[in-house]
Amino acid sequence: MSIWEYANPKKFIATAQRVLPWVATGAAVALIMGLIWGFFFTPDDYKQGSTVKIIFLHVPAAMMAINAWVMMLVTSLVWLVRRHHVSALAARAAAPVGMTFTLIALATGAFWGQPMWGTWWEWDPRLTSFLILFLFYLGYVALWEAVENPDTAADLTAVLCMVGSVFAVLSRYAVKFWNQGLHQDSTILKVGEKDPLDPAYYWPLAVCIAGFILLFVALVLLRTITEIRLRRLAVIEARERLGS
Amino acid sequence: MMPDLGKYAVTVLSSYGVTLVLLAGLVALSWARHQRVRRALQQAEARTGREG
Repeated sequence: MSIWEYANPKKFIATAQRVLPWVATGAAVALIMGLIWGFFFTPDDYKQGSTVKIIFLHVPAAMMAINAWVMMLVTSLVWLVRRHHVSALAARAAAPVGMTFTLIALATGAFWGQPMWGTWWEWDPRLTSFLILFLFYLGYVALWEAVENPDTAADLTAVLCMVGSVFAVLSRYAVKFWNQGLHQDSTILKVGEKDPLDPAYYWPLAVCIAGFILLFVALVLLRTITEIRLRRLAVIEARERLGS
Repeated sequence: MMPDLGKYAVTVLSSYGVTLVLLAGLVALSWARHQRVRRALQQAEARTGREG
């Protein structure tokens, strides 16, 4: 059995439909559990007060906003090299999900920044690179919509995806490259170092991250099935027009 | 039951509100589009007598 069997749209849909209820249920359970745990049962931080509860939204959304590009890059490369349509459609399906996560990260970051930094927005390396990442998502979605030929659209968006992925990496490490902004370095990777995240926040955050990952997978599966069916519908309608 | 969010109540509740609205909207739109396309494809396949 090879992974390339899933390049067959029928096989992909059959498998995705089997897996989807489990992934969606897992996402719902992890998100509800993590957010209730984080919101109701974590103490206020001695410096940040109750705003620390925003970490359970901001960090998972920001992580997935960046990591969605990894998934889109892999599927775009598979399209460019092996010309599997399901792969290109999976990349297309993931973009609006990643874009929404980016918007959540930007919005919650602004809400968090206002009381802590005294400003909703600052042209800080991390914040600015995230805004540009959001614009890359917008451009990617718009390019898919703008090009009529689906194979040409897949080619062009795959190239844009490569550029966007480089930017996603830059965004991830912006704090390290340009150590001069307001935004702090990674929080959760500091465990084991001298200033780790307290376990009272770490575990509910881990559950929320799992919830965001599962939600991303569930939505990408659902939306990829939709994209495959849309492609088939377009073929049938084109045949009908030719036959009439 | 509701935790005391102190002077940051509006900030924290706004963050949770915006996030939940965006996530619920994304899920609802994805599901509605999924159902709409599924029905349209079923109708098209019924018309032409072909199946996926």
